Amino acid sequence: MSKYVIKRLAMAIVTLWVIITITFILMHSVPGDPFANENKRIPEAVYQNLLKKYGLDKPYSQQYLMYLKNIARGDFGESMKSNTETVNEMIARGFPVSASLGLQALLIALIFGPALGAIAALYQNKFPDYISMIISIIGVSVPSFVMGTFLIQFVARKVNWIPIGGWGEWRHTLLPSIALAMMPLAQMARLMRSSMLEVIGQDYIKTAKSKGISKSAVILKHSVRNAILPIVSILGTTISNLLVGSFVIEKIFGIPGLGMFFTTSIYNRDYTLIMGITVFYAIILILMLLFVDVAYTLIDPRIRLTEEGR
Amino acid sequence: MEKLLEVKDLAVSFQTFFGEVEAVRGVSFHVNKKETVALVGESGCGKSVTASSIMQLLPMPPAFYKSGQILFEGEDIIKKSEKEMQQIRGSQISMIFQDPMTSLNPTMKIGKQIVEGLVKNKKLSPSEAEKKAIDMLNLVSVPQPEKRIKQYPHEFSGGMRQRVMIAIAMVSNPKLLIADEPTTALDVTVQAQILDLMKEIQNQFDTSIILITHDLGVVADMSDRVIVMYAGQLMEEGTVYEIFKNPKHPYTRKLLGSVPRLDMDRSESLHSIEGTPPDLYAPPKGCPFFDRCDEAMVICKEYMPEREYHTDTHYSCCWLNHPMAKSVAEGSVV
Repeated sequence: MSKYVIKRLAMAIVTLWVIITITFILMHSVPGDPFANENKRIPEAVYQNLLKKYGLDKPYSQQYLMYLKNIARGDFGESMKSNTETVNEMIARGFPVSASLGLQALLIALIFGPALGAIAALYQNKFPDYISMIISIIGVSVPSFVMGTFLIQFVARKVNWIPIGGWGEWRHTLLPSIALAMMPLAQMARLMRSSMLEVIGQDYIKTAKSKGISKSAVILKHSVRNAILPIVSILGTTISNLLVGSFVIEKIFGIPGLGMFFTTSIYNRDYTLIMGITVFYAIILILMLLFVDVAYTLIDPRIRLTEEGR
Repeated sequence: MEKLLEVKDLAVSFQTFFGEVEAVRGVSFHVNKKETVALVGESGCGKSVTASSIMQLLPMPPAFYKSGQILFEGEDIIKKSEKEMQQIRGSQISMIFQDPMTSLNPTMKIGKQIVEGLVKNKKLSPSEAEKKAIDMLNLVSVPQPEKRIKQYPHEFSGGMRQRVMIAIAMVSNPKLLIADEPTTALDVTVQAQILDLMKEIQNQFDTSIILITHDLGVVADMSDRVIVMYAGQLMEEGTVYEIFKNPKHPYTRKLLGSVPRLDMDRSESLHSIEGTPPDLYAPPKGCPFFDRCDEAMVICKEYMPEREYHTDTHYSCCWLNHPMAKSVAEGSVV
């Protein structure tokens, strides 16, 4: 297994290189550059100086090689819009905020999503099933900005101790993490319901019942573990999405997270920040996918990781 | 002989979107202690539903008991609560299923699956439980049990898995073992081994067995008595000798006639029973075998025949065997 993990990490470097290259090409094919401002034209000399300072006057091939060299050292470079912070510092400031919010949302989704789905399956076509499926349909179909503003309007404005936005104390995280959790929660509930229904119909559940063990033991020991695999498989992307933060939620609740940088960097054409955040996101995604593959083997003994890949 | 299980007029139906399916329609039989009773019939005739309803393993709803009693050691277990049934399942009555490939939990170690029911009822310590699991694997002749209890089902072959299933069923030394087509999914050589194993264990533990099968070879090999089932009803019952030597119901005769014989002429085609069993959404009011029977009479369509006893142990439900049949049979065949 450790051999497999090492091989996957080596592969990850190749993946990262491909991502960097594609992002670099896409980024530079967008017209304009960080200093071309439509409203107030800066003097030509200043503009040329700026290009020179950030190395943008050199040919693309040279810029690309320079960038690769810096990234190999773990240096994402200086932000082209912020004079005070490097990209590394911006990520170091934004990521803990987004990650703590994301983890909290993940926890909410993981506690309630599978449980809701399991209950729905156990009471198929009965009242609890309808309720949990209504919740999950709402979760999937209501966009997060609607959910966010809805929560502000009907919860934060009614309950005094819950703030409508801002960052600092735990109570600030309450509403945004709920809004953030709704989508993955709903997805997990739906996945869990269908896979649970499948497992309940399996022969080994009948065997378990025929042993005379209690209903709850049949559900907990025999059904849930076998039904949880599809949820584990979406966990990789879900976790990385949640950790890196959501632009919409962070904007609505005024949270200084990473998600905000992601979008602003693109319309500012802040080349180094775009690259930095993309690479950072890719690293997290790759690590999470690897984590999921390892988690599979812990849950289902039939799955073995080999060097040939899965 | 002492009756261990007595099923009286059991009727089980399923409520579906299209109406009620009468899967089992008034079935009465008994199983004595240390006896093997075979329940035979073609697919969909209600064998498995009968077996599952003894264990109360049918999903309710859609399934429900319409009538009848299931007396186990004199007590009606239909009336028992789910909690009380949990005390009976596994420890008094246990079951082996058809497909060993899917009947074991793929994510639980074999040893744990074997002793799970026992641990719950007898509060065994982990080391006692492990010892018991090893003993059980020894009993069902699985080699290297110390190693095997720590493995998962996918590391076992089909025959080995069925041995594990038998170990699971026998772990609490039950009085009645229901084997629902235990050898159907196995290849022939392994079938014989599993049947031998079941016989051995029956002798050792004095267990009664209800053997559900459509393999008449298995029936002849294993059972003391045979019950022939068709469309949710019992057609004929007798000792193994009576059924094979002197079948009285046309359905039984046809079933026996469809068994391929080694000494058969190769040019002869295999026999089968023409037609299909009746639709149990609207079961016929007369004999359900009426439209597939070569010897059917007018009365067969209208009235279900009563049991006609040929010996103390052998009866059939067929108008042909009615005392008055001989006088009317001439000229009234449909």
